[in-house]
Amino acid sequence: MNRLVMALLAGALFGAGLHISGMTDTQKVLGFLDIFGEWDPTLMFVMGGAIIPMFVAWRFTRGRTPLVGGSFPAPPSDKIDAKLIVGAILFGLGWGTVGLCPGPALASLSYGGSSGLIFLVAMLAGMVAAPPTRALLDSATA
Amino acid sequence: MPVDWIWGLAGGLMIGCAAALYLLGNGRIMGASGILGGLIDGSARGFVSERIAFLIGVIAMPAVLFALGDTVDTHATGSVPLLIVGGVLVGLGTRVGNGCTSGHGVCGISRLSLRGMVATGFYIGAGVLAVVALRGVL
Repeated sequence: MNRLVMALLAGALFGAGLHISGMTDTQKVLGFLDIFGEWDPTLMFVMGGAIIPMFVAWRFTRGRTPLVGGSFPAPPSDKIDAKLIVGAILFGLGWGTVGLCPGPALASLSYGGSSGLIFLVAMLAGMVAAPPTRALLDSATA
Repeated sequence: MPVDWIWGLAGGLMIGCAAALYLLGNGRIMGASGILGGLIDGSARGFVSERIAFLIGVIAMPAVLFALGDTVDTHATGSVPLLIVGGVLVGLGTRVGNGCTSGHGVCGISRLSLRGMVATGFYIGAGVLAVVALRGVL
C-alpha cells in the first residue's frame, strides 16, 4: 500500500473515532474541563482508549522501519521551553472557550454549521500567526 | 451516562489505531495540528499530498456517518466573538507549543514523552481555567 492510501485510511479512522467517541460534541469536552460542575469523564476514556494501541505501536517500532520505508520519528526531546508552556496554555484557553481542538474541528466540519466554519477559519489564522510568535518567544528567552 | 463512556472508549481505541497505522505505516506522528498547520504555514516540506489525504479522511468519514443518518450536534456556541477568540488561541497555541490533544496527548503520552505530558498538563489546566472563568462571566 502506498503512503497516500494509508494516510487516507488513518485519517478516516481518526475522524470516525472522534465522531463516535463524542469528542465532536463541545458539551462533552467542556463537561470534562468543568471539574467544579457536573463533571463528564468521557474524554478520559477516549484518551485512555487511544493511548493503549499507541503504547503498543511505539514498542513495535524498535528495531523496525515504517512499511513505506524511511525511519521512525527520533526519540522525544525532553526540552521544556517557553514555546511548549506558552503554546499549551494558549491552546488550553481556546479549547476551554469553545470546546473544540484541531481534530474535532475538522471532523465536525460537515455538520458543525456556521459556528464550526468560523472556528476553523479563526484557527487557521492563529496557525499563520504562530511562526512569528515562536520567533518572538525565542528572542525573549534567549 | 455509562453508555457515553463505552462510546468514548470505542472511539478512543479507533483514534489510537489510526495513530498506530500512521506511525507504523508512514512513520509519522499523527498530530492534527501538525498535519494541518504544516500545510498552512508552509513548513510541510514534502509529505504535502500525504497530509492532504489524511485531512480528506478526517473530514469525509464523519460526513459519511452523518449522511447515513447519525444524529449529531456539536452544540458549539453561536457567539462569533467567542468562536474567533477560541479558534485563534487554539490555532496559535497548538503551533507555538508544537502539538495538540492528538500529538502531545495521544502520541506523546503513549511514548512517555516528558514534553507531551507537560504540555497536556498545561492545556488541560488552562482549559479548566477558561471554563470556570467563562461560567462566572456568562
